[in-house]
Amino acid sequence: MNLLVCLKQILDPEIPARDFRVDVAKREAERGAANLVTNIFCENALETALQFRERLGVGRITVLSFGAATAEDSLRKALAMKADEAALVLNDGHPHPDPLTVARVLAAAIRKLGDFDLIMVGREAGDWGAGQTGGLLAEELGLPCVSFVDRIENPDGKLRLKRQTDTGWEMLEAEPPIVVTITNDEHNVPRIPKVRDVMTSYRQPLVQWTLDDLGIDADEARAGNNYYEVVDLSVPQKETRCEFVTGDTLDDRTEAFARRIHAVTSAL
Amino acid sequence: MNDVVICLFGAAGYDKSAQGLAGAGRRLADELGGRLRAIVVGAGAATLASEVAGVVDSATVVDQAELAEYHPEFCLSTLAQLCGDLSPRAVLLSNDAYSQELAPRLAHRLGGSAVGDGVEVRVHGDCLRVVRQVYGGKAQAVIELKRKPAVVWLRARSFAPAPRRETASEITQAALEIMTDSRTRVVERKREETGSARLEDARVIVSGGRGIGGPEPFTTELLPLADLIGAQLAASRAACDAGWVPPTWQVGQTGKKVAPDLYLAIAIAGASQHMAGISEAKNIVAINTDSDAPIFKHCAFGIVEDYRKVVPLLREKLAALQK
Ligand SMILES: Cc1cc2nc3c(=O)[nH]c(=O)nc-3n(C[C@H](O)[C@H](O)[C@H](O)COP(=O)(O)OP(=O)(O)OC[C@H]3O[C@@H](n4cnc5c(N)ncnc54)[C@H](O)[C@@H]3O)c2cc1C
Ligand SMILES: Nc1ncnc2c1ncn2[C@@H]1O[C@H](COP(=O)(O)O)[C@@H](O)[C@H]1O
Repeated sequence: MNLLVCLKQILDPEIPARDFRVDVAKREAERGAANLVTNIFCENALETALQFRERLGVGRITVLSFGAATAEDSLRKALAMKADEAALVLNDGHPHPDPLTVARVLAAAIRKLGDFDLIMVGREAGDWGAGQTGGLLAEELGLPCVSFVDRIENPDGKLRLKRQTDTGWEMLEAEPPIVVTITNDEHNVPRIPKVRDVMTSYRQPLVQWTLDDLGIDADEARAGNNYYEVVDLSVPQKETRCEFVTGDTLDDRTEAFARRIHAVTSAL
Repeated sequence: MNDVVICLFGAAGYDKSAQGLAGAGRRLADELGGRLRAIVVGAGAATLASEVAGVVDSATVVDQAELAEYHPEFCLSTLAQLCGDLSPRAVLLSNDAYSQELAPRLAHRLGGSAVGDGVEVRVHGDCLRVVRQVYGGKAQAVIELKRKPAVVWLRARSFAPAPRRETASEITQAALEIMTDSRTRVVERKREETGSARLEDARVIVSGGRGIGGPEPFTTELLPLADLIGAQLAASRAACDAGWVPPTWQVGQTGKKVAPDLYLAIAIAGASQHMAGISEAKNIVAINTDSDAPIFKHCAFGIVEDYRKVVPLLREKLAALQK
């Protein structure tokens, strides 16, 4: 099996809200002191791929990112987690291209990289939260797509995808090639690479292309806004003043807390 | 050309989500000067269509055997055909998992643009603009859709329902040649056992986070508390990722969007991605050992204490108050 995992590098989404600012003119978040990290769902996708390969005993995993030069770090980390190959498409255009632009760039890079049985992306990116790349990529490549998958198995040579639904889960049987979007569950929490593997990952080869190498309309890709465009970005100011219950003892405070809860629930 | 289509699943019935979607659709259709149409698919489509016909201007039912149960490729092919025929200005879907999965692909097949998690849709000149949260709920963006039709999945439950028509509109039964793409097949379906109501409809929610420390206290501490006040149980991503509770319990940006009258967050820090799921809760209340936990910035009231000490006592006090 040949597996391809798409990785997006983003501004650490878990920085506290109080440290978060936006550049209104550029319509993007200010970097501030935040780190750049691999989107968590991409890491869940890579972890799912690694475990699937471990169960199979064979298979190659290629990781692909479209982003700034810094995205190399996300790819190196993936190599340290034991992906086999990495490719970076350098983005010298719009810093936050729309989802169709991204899907077209990734589709072109995937075609150039070879044939894959499974193309895996995260369910959404923690910065813009579009949740569209998987579906659009499937359409660009003319492949079926299954979303919110959290486990991939291969009993008796058939591909089985377990995916989350609003009320539980579904198991699908699929014929490769297919695109899947990956969501989190208790089994795909990403592993931490060994320090030594992180170091050796920097000596591994990494394919690098520019938009002009892909045989697509590079100017359109650089514009990155034919599908949609962010026209305004703001931080809503909404803070409530929390009233902490008071009292000398735990019993008093819990009593006060209980009364306030009761006031709400008894009125329903 | 200025029509608005809403896509509904028969199985869900005319729930709060379908009502909100119709409401959002009606207001948008009015603004565009077009009609509001509904496409209802799957088992139960005929029943749902007869209800929806009271608020939309036309309804199309597709309940062929291939569509009785949801299948991504069949459903997509159906919606693409029907929307293609109706050539609407906008297609609106709800934010259930199936709609989220379909919307971008539907937009692609229709040559349009999609955007998700919308809380507001506006007409701006020749374009549609959608307001949504981004950066894990820390910021709000206005996104302009460049291609037509606009395909938007909305936080449907937050929209007011549509006014009823004087007479019910016409219902058409569609019989389609469905492209049965057999490359994927659903072989098993499992419903997670939950309490009575859906989390999205719950009026009271007791939710636990990583600070709960393990799976047992959800059963021994939180469940009896929830039962006492008629609450549904929920959790943060950290608690779900730990495997303490099922993923269907997750509330937040990538979990359920809930709107209870009371949301009691126990040992949950209140990361923006979690808060993105409860922005419509009327009263957020927390138990947390850390008075600086971000959750308290959103709370009406709270108690700074170890939940293991508070919860048993709280149950006693609430039981006494209910006498
Ligand atoms: C793209 C993306 C999407 C995400 N989507 C979601 C989502 O949908 N839902 C979601 O919940 N998260 C989501 N997250 C994760 C989110 O950022 C946080 O990591 C997560 O919500 C933290 O869960 P927590 O508050 O339970 O855990 P922690 O952050 O570990 O907080 C535990 C809290 O419990 C308190 N505590 C500890 N012990 C006790 C005790 N004995 N008594 C009382 N209090 C105690 C601590 O003071 C602390 O405040 C997402 C993240 C990303 C990047
Ligand atoms: N620039 C990118 N490079 C590589 N993969 C991406 C990129 N953007 C999005 N993806 C993939 O698509 C998933 C969903 O992202 P999005 O559709 O932007 O929410 C991510 O988790 C990645 O797997």
